[in-house]
Formats: sequence, C-alpha cells, structure tokens
Amino acid sequence: MSIFVVMPTLSPTMTEGNLVKWFKSEGDDVEPGEVLAEIETDKATMEIESTDKGIIGKILVSAGTESVKVNTMLAVILEEGENLDDAELLSSSILKEQIQADTSQNTENAPNTIAESSEVRSLINEDNNDKETKKQTVREALRDAMAEEMRREKSVFLMGEEVGQYQGAYKVSQGLLDEFGDQRVIDTPITEQGFAGIGIGAALKGLVPIIEFMTFNFAMQAIDQIINSAAKTLYMSGGQMKTPIVFRGPNGAASRVAAQHSQCFASWYSHCPGLKVVAPYSGADAKGLLKTAIRDPNPIVFLENELLYGQSFDIPVSDNFTVPIGKAKVLKEGTDVTITAFSIMVERCLEASGQLQKEGISAEVIDLRTLRPLDADCIINSVKKTNRLVTVEEGWPYAGIGSEISALVMDQAFDWLDAPVLRVHGADVPMPYAANLEKLAIPQVNQIISAVKKSTYIG
Amino acid sequence: MSSSTKSSSVKNTKRPTRARRRKSSIVKTHSPDELIKFYKDMLKIRRFEEKAGQMYGLGLIGGFCHLYIGQEAVVTGIQAALKSQDTVITTYRDHGHMLACGMEPRGVMAELTGRAGGYSAGKGGSMHMFSAEKNFYGGHGIVGANVPLGTGIAFAHKYQKDNGVCLTYFGDGAVNQGQVYEAFNMAALWKLPVIYVIENNRYGMGTSVERASAGKELWQRGQAYEIPGEQLDGMDVCAVNNAAVTALDYVRSGGGPYILEMQTYRYRGHSMSDPAAYRSKTEVQKIRTEKDPLDSLKLILVKNGYDTESNLKDYDKEIREMINEAADFAQESPEPSPSELYTDVLSE
Repeated sequence: MSIFVVMPTLSPTMTEGNLVKWFKSEGDDVEPGEVLAEIETDKATMEIESTDKGIIGKILVSAGTESVKVNTMLAVILEEGENLDDAELLSSSILKEQIQADTSQNTENAPNTIAESSEVRSLINEDNNDKETKKQTVREALRDAMAEEMRREKSVFLMGEEVGQYQGAYKVSQGLLDEFGDQRVIDTPITEQGFAGIGIGAALKGLVPIIEFMTFNFAMQAIDQIINSAAKTLYMSGGQMKTPIVFRGPNGAASRVAAQHSQCFASWYSHCPGLKVVAPYSGADAKGLLKTAIRDPNPIVFLENELLYGQSFDIPVSDNFTVPIGKAKVLKEGTDVTITAFSIMVERCLEASGQLQKEGISAEVIDLRTLRPLDADCIINSVKKTNRLVTVEEGWPYAGIGSEISALVMDQAFDWLDAPVLRVHGADVPMPYAANLEKLAIPQVNQIISAVKKSTYIG
Repeated sequence: MSSSTKSSSVKNTKRPTRARRRKSSIVKTHSPDELIKFYKDMLKIRRFEEKAGQMYGLGLIGGFCHLYIGQEAVVTGIQAALKSQDTVITTYRDHGHMLACGMEPRGVMAELTGRAGGYSAGKGGSMHMFSAEKNFYGGHGIVGANVPLGTGIAFAHKYQKDNGVCLTYFGDGAVNQGQVYEAFNMAALWKLPVIYVIENNRYGMGTSVERASAGKELWQRGQAYEIPGEQLDGMDVCAVNNAAVTALDYVRSGGGPYILEMQTYRYRGHSMSDPAAYRSKTEVQKIRTEKDPLDSLKLILVKNGYDTESNLKDYDKEIREMINEAADFAQESPEPSPSELYTDVLSE
C-alpha cells in the first residue's frame, strides 16, 4: 500500500511551513530513516525522513513552495510492485478530504488561531504617525526593536535560553548573534532564577539587559529576583540604584500546552510597584513599546504572545519610531459601550465589535497596551462617553486586571455608569489540555458579544 | 574549629582545586602601618555594632538588626586588598561591609534609625543600604539572592572591561540555596571576575552547618563547576588579606570565579531577638577568648613593639567619639518627609 508523506506538525502553534528542497527525485529508492526533504517553519528548519522502504512515486509539492498547510500531502512512496496510477488516484481523493478537514479545523477546532481579517487590520493601523511602513510579523518587529536599540547603545545586551545559536526558541532573536556576537547575545543554561539575577546585577552596574524568558511560565522560577531585587532596589536605596532591565517573552496560553505552560501573568506583575508592565497587541506597538522599554531606566515586564508572533502588521520602518509606555489606544471609536483588552484579546474584541456593529451596537475598543501604569484617563474618558464597560482578559478573574479596572471606574466614573461593569476572562481553572475544554477556558468572541449585550440590556 | 572531615583529594586535569589551608600561611608579612590600619578598621566595626546593639535595646532602631561582631577580620582583610574599581555586595548582615567600603558611620547609623540622613533616606533600613559612590551594591534581605546579583555585577565588569572584581559575600546559611549554584555555573562558564566569600559563622540563624549542610566543606561547593576554593581562618585578618590578594590576582587575570570560605564566628545572635538556645555560652566565650580578631591583633602589635598600649587606647577613644557622633546624628536627623513615601518607586 502506498505511503503518503505529509507536511508534519512540529509545534503546538504550527499551521504551515515552507518546503525548502527535496533530497530525492521521483523514481528514487528510499530506505527507512533516509532524509526526503527539508522544511522550514516559523520556528525552525527540519528534515523529513522516510519511515518506510519504497520508491518515490510522485512529488506533489515542489521545492520552494511556501506556506504549505500542515497535513498537506507532499509525496507518495510506492511499495514494491505498486502502480503509480492507483496511488495517484488515492492521493487525490485523500488530498480532497484533507483540504475539507483543514478548512473546518480552521474555523471550528482551532480557537487560538485567529484568521487574518483585513477589516480588523485596517482598524489598527489607521493612526500610525509614521507614514512609511512595511509588512512585518510581530516576531520580526520585536527582533528589529532589539537590534535597533543594540546598535544605538552598546550597553544593551540580550540574554536567555536559546537566544543565540538556536536563533531563539520562537525565533524572535533570529540573526542577532550574527550581528552582535556572543558577548552581547548570550545563551544561558536553563536557570531562570540565576540568569534573571545576573541580569539585574548587570543592570545595577549600568548595563541594559534584555532578559528573554522562553515563556513567562518559567519566569515564576525567577519571580523573587524580578520583584525583590529588580522592582524594589531603587526604593530601598533611596533612589541611588537604578535597574534598567527588560524581562520579555511570551505570556498566556499558546495552544494545547495545558496548565503549566498556559498562564497569564499580567495581574501578578501589575500588582507590584517598581515595575512597569507592557502587553502589546499590534506589531507596531510591539516594536515601539519594546524600544521604549529598553530605553526606560526602570525594570519592565514585557508580555508577548506566542500566537501573535507570526501575524503580520504594517510597521513603521523609522529607527526613531517609539510608542510611549502608559498610554492606551482607542482602536475603534464607539458610543454604546467601552471594551478594554490587551495582547491577543484585542483581536477578539475587534472581531466582536465588528459583529456588534452589524447588530447596531457601537462599541469603543481600547487596547490598554500598558498595564502598569494603567492609562486611567483613556478608560475613564471613554466610559464617560459610553456609560458602559466590559473588560476582557485571558487571565483568571480573581484579583485580575478587570477587577482593577472595575475598581478604577467605580472610583472615578461611578455616576456615569448605566450598567454594572462586566468582566470577560479566562475560566477560573488551570488550563485544560483537551481542545474543547481549552476553548471553553479562553474568552471567545461570542462571550464578549454576550457581555456587551448584557451591559447594553439587549441580550 | 573546622570539622574533622578529611578533604577528598579531587584530581582534576585542568584546574586543580586549591589545597585546603587549615591555618593561615602568611605569604606576605604586613607592615606595622598596615596592621594598625587593620586594627582601627576592625575596631570601628566593633564599636559601631556595639552602639547599634545598644540603640536597638533603647528602641531607637526598628525591625531586624544583624550584628557583625566577631566577623570583623573577614571584611577588613578583604577590603584592604581591593582596587578602586572593585565592587562589593552582601546579604543583610551588612553594617561591617559598608563601613569597610568607606561609607560614613553616621549615614549607616541614620539608616538604622530610619532617618532622612540615612544612606537610603530611611527607606531601606538595616538590611537594605547601598552606596553607588563606594561601589557598594547592598545590603540584600533574601538569603542567596545576592549571589546571582553579584555574579551579574561581575558580568558587567567583564562587559565594561574595567578590570574590576565583584566580591560577593554570603553566609553558610545561603550555601544551600539553589540559585547560588545557578550563579556558580554561569560564573564558571563565562569566567566572570567574581570572588564568592562564604562567611561561615557556623550558624544559619539557629541551625548549625552540621545540621543544615550534607557537605560541610563549603569551600568545595564550587568543585562541580571547577571553581577553585580555599578555606581559611577568618578570624585572622592577615590570613584573610593574603588569601584575598591571591584570589584577586587569580580572578583579575581572567581565571574566573574563586571561592573563599572564611571560618568565622558571630558573638551575637542571628538578630536581636535571638534566644541563642542552639549554642552554649561556653562555646561563645571560648571563641572570644581564644580567637577574637581584635585581641589577637592587639597582642601582635604590642608584643612586637609595633605600637603602644597607650596609642591603642587613643584609637579606641577616637573611634568611640566618631561612633557617638554618628549615633547623635542618627537621632537628630529628621524622619523622612511624608512626601518621600511615593518617591523613588520609579526612575524618571
């Protein structure tokens, strides 16, 4: 029976890959373990090996093809005595099924994979001050932000697990080792508390470290250093000892990696005086805010999102482009209700607002961008206009960002409220693994819509 | 005073661990002037700490207060070997280190009393004091946490190519914290200019080294990372100074980190509220009589005719005056203005 070689899934978030080259041609013999092709994903370059003995019957995707969806058939291997025609017939029918399955998965079973929507993108980029932009992924934007600041200031360096030779666990630091060398792009052992502390020590003596955590889940090992050593030292020293440092890495749920690898730390760090906490959504904000964070004399917790890394935005090309910390952004103006969000939830909110618009509800969407210091003015002004507020976050509800914003609005805009503030948030449970449960645990567009309708007494 | 465990002879092809030194082997003979300076520096710490203890008793100092009495030779001997670009970081038993670094007694004492004239403007207290000017990086309250920090300062020395070394002090209580070994590993990997000074005063709070550490030879704790170590009599200021000179040469010439285990002793409790139920009065008294760093040095000075009893008394008088002045300042200095509550949270 014929064997079909398909585009493999190599990581929890991989949806597609590029077929770089074939090592075999049609008609070649293959042995188990022999390398058939090289593929490239957003994270890595990998080889596909044959699992069986046979002959390459047909190559279905040619070398150099980009964005080949996961599970796409790449080639057919024939067993001895098999007929290519039969195999082709079979492969085309399987191919057809596969395409159908792919489509349905994208819309139903992949809650964290957000379809690119030009409508949504146009909303985000409308007010960039810098005219000249280029299409880049968030991943590239973050890399460029670091590279530009490292070129600008020699005391800036990057340290973390796999930031150098591996080119970044999520490829964010790709190319930096080549440009800046191993004195400034430093691979560490897997010792978060240790290298966080080393970074803080270096910052105390005048360097500007960028500490990459592979994910913020692992930064829990280092949270004592982040809070006790980085956030408090300026105060404890009566203003003598500055700690200019950026702790960055992906935060929150990725996809199907379960409880210990899917947690939002926004509220944890935002709780602490002495820290600034930033959580951008768009590529431009990711770049502009990271540059500002590197230039800031304070310890900054910079929360990224793995699912956003591969998404493309129009990003200003100027080296001087920065975005201020502490300023939220009204992404979409509205009159009936205010929705606040940060990081990946912004996209959900924009999608929700688009659907609500069709039903005649005008929602104002605020991207908080910075969680500490929070842009209270932006939120309060919006609530005074719309008289209603729905907060959205991926994290747990208890003592969350939504709770804080709710208290803020009670304090400063109580008389303007026409409905209770409602919070949309992650389920108050450790993140489950099962696809259906995970989807239930993470806020979805329909939950935001329901909350808005409840707030506007429509639903 | 060391445990009877035989040191295992670990053969290493590249970087042999230094032979253990049970007793001070005087490499360099110190001049009378150097010895007199050691004496004065140690006496300053002793008198300062005694005064701090008194003031704590009077309720003038709040919170935790960890006195350095008995351990003066460690920081005094090391500091005398440092160059101006070198840096120091330690834990919360930090008053001695600050005075050794040249920080003003009045500023330290005023911080203990929580006054505006303190080094941290009254916002740090006994355990959290710093002086950017004197290259003193604290004063840290979390056991073990200053070890990665000191390693990071050493990283900066290397990055900035200033030929400096970071002296990272911690106690026998900290040696069992995981992050100490994370730091050791990276310091050795990257050959960072750091000297880890383990002040083994035999008790981490109330728990003796015997009860806390499976491996009691603390100078060997870097062996897994090929960090050379040395154990010495931390009550002997000359031995400490000589070891520091050797270690600094090694580290400054690019050899990477180095461990100095100082066998020392604190006469007072862990903090002021220590009931001292874990050791006998006889034990304390025995060390005071036989090993006191000040008394031993005094004997050397007088016996060899380097200085007179009368001069030594004068030094004591001068130092007492300086400390009394510091204590007065610490009580007269105003409390920080309420407006200081919200300053220094973030840097502009």
